Amino acid sequence: MAAGNYEKYKSDGSLGGNLLEWVDARFPATSMWKGHLSEYYAPKNFNFWYFFGSLALLVLVIQIVTGIFLVMHYKPDAALNAAGVPIAFASVEYIMRDVPGGWLIRYMHSTGASAFFIVVYLHMFRGLIYGSYRKPRELTWLFGVGIFLVLMGEAFFGYLLPWGQMSYWGAQVIVNLFGAIPVVGNDLSILVRGDFVVGDATLNRFFSFHVIAFPLVLLGLVAAHVLALHETGSNNPDGIEIKANKDENGIPRDGIPFHPYYTVKDIVGVVVFLMAFSAIMFFAPEGAGLFLETPNFYPADPLKTPLHIAPVWYFTPYYSILRAIVWNFFGLDAKFWGVVAMGASVVIFAFLPWLDRSPVKSIRYRGPITKVMITLFVICFFILGYLGTQAPSPMGELVSQICTVFYFGFFLGMPWWSRMDKFKPVPERLTTK
Amino acid sequence: MSNQGKMDCGRRRLIVATAAVGGVGAVAALVPFVSSLLPSERAKAAGAPVEVDISKIEPGQMITVEWRGKPVWIINRTKEMLETLPKLDGQMADPKSEVASQQPAYAANATRSVKENLLVVVGICTHLGCSPSSKFKAGAEEGMSADWLGGFLCPCHGSTFDFAGRVYKAKPAPTNLEVPPHVYLSDARILIGEDKKGA
Repeated sequence: MAAGNYEKYKSDGSLGGNLLEWVDARFPATSMWKGHLSEYYAPKNFNFWYFFGSLALLVLVIQIVTGIFLVMHYKPDAALNAAGVPIAFASVEYIMRDVPGGWLIRYMHSTGASAFFIVVYLHMFRGLIYGSYRKPRELTWLFGVGIFLVLMGEAFFGYLLPWGQMSYWGAQVIVNLFGAIPVVGNDLSILVRGDFVVGDATLNRFFSFHVIAFPLVLLGLVAAHVLALHETGSNNPDGIEIKANKDENGIPRDGIPFHPYYTVKDIVGVVVFLMAFSAIMFFAPEGAGLFLETPNFYPADPLKTPLHIAPVWYFTPYYSILRAIVWNFFGLDAKFWGVVAMGASVVIFAFLPWLDRSPVKSIRYRGPITKVMITLFVICFFILGYLGTQAPSPMGELVSQICTVFYFGFFLGMPWWSRMDKFKPVPERLTTK
Repeated sequence: MSNQGKMDCGRRRLIVATAAVGGVGAVAALVPFVSSLLPSERAKAAGAPVEVDISKIEPGQMITVEWRGKPVWIINRTKEMLETLPKLDGQMADPKSEVASQQPAYAANATRSVKENLLVVVGICTHLGCSPSSKFKAGAEEGMSADWLGGFLCPCHGSTFDFAGRVYKAKPAPTNLEVPPHVYLSDARILIGEDKKGA
């Protein structure tokens, strides 16, 4: 169904028709439109879990558009202004107070960052329960994991830019994590910071990464993600390949054209999403200290650490895993193994297509073990996320260690528990309920 | 391409050689980009020493000055504070300051200082670079355990340090706080960042 084998547009003689024929002879306009929208056949049984892919695209657009306008007023400069406030921090305050509409654009961008992760986590969960990462969609999944990694980098770099207390000390702690790597660690930290401490050089390069490098990579990966998906066709809540059952015209019997059916359906999702998004943006843009953390309303002070440092909510599960590792192994510091575990906890998602050995894809036809394991995994993820926002405590440490063990057990044990599980026979055709 | 099956080995070798030379060029082109990420000459030069007036620090007080963008604490320790140090030797990870990188030789002593009462130390936790907060009062008054003798607590991951900047055992921070090179210009003035007067 990929773009390519479509007939070129023939004009009906009208001016618009002539123009389209002229363009189509020189650019694959019709074939792209048909291949990706009007003749891209998607399974007819998509439920609400299938909103989050297009919503992620919407948030990406929101972030890019608001970002373009924020850069017009923001200044990445750690030097102090005449009033003794760092220029970067002051320029964000300027956007909030003096730029007409600036506060709204800034809140769109900051709410958009959290919304991005909410939508992407739900999108990933959808993939997990319906086995969307399974053959033949491994590459779509891998591009998706790439998007997730780049998104984390993007969010981390962006969080330094307001140059508040949490921006500064959060970056200080995370960059120092590289120092835990044996031999090259310290030089690597200096290479990332561009200075011996987090400073103006760090702010400027993070700005460059945030507005140029990572968005470019992100757009490329999103294009690859969608192209790979359209090559294989979408999975669905039944986990059945609709291409296995085609009619005499070669069209899947259980498929409907993405446009207009799913474009219209997605508009409903967009409306509901924008209602929730606007409610947060207008009434609770700080998200009770989760979306914008209180210490970040104080300018960065290299001499004073806030009493409690926590990353933004979307990083807290991995931060908990980092803190849970307190043992030295093989003569290497616990700090190093914490960093390794944190990195592994993110990258391990990439291996799902090969860890899952169940004969069926969708949770609908899988047995109790899968359901229990996925439920426990989600609970662990939430507990780790909660503990990551809290100050360290002995009880919290123990609980986070238990959850960390389960987190990795879920993935590493999957080849066994996914095969052991019972499964129901999968129907020939899609079910609609 | 047209005469399939017969490979022109000479041409193949030329292609390989050209690609290899091109590859070397591409890698070489990375050098200026990677080196631009290193600290600039200006950043390296910014580590100039700082002169501080220490005459106004009352016993038991601490001041913080900035050196190379880092907080440096100068603490005028009281006799009671100093008396806690030998008692804590058993609980310290490096009681005798044996990790040479963490202090100049002239501060590798029982009080980790040149003058017995004055501690000069970089206020950056050796774990992940947070700045510890002062918990000078002994006991549970400032939220520490009842047997706390006074010192510093890192808010990020809970490392604790005594009045000589020595780290307690079994804490995330691996080493004692760093004592920067410093020299007394007179009884009232100190130069942080250099060892010798006028050097």
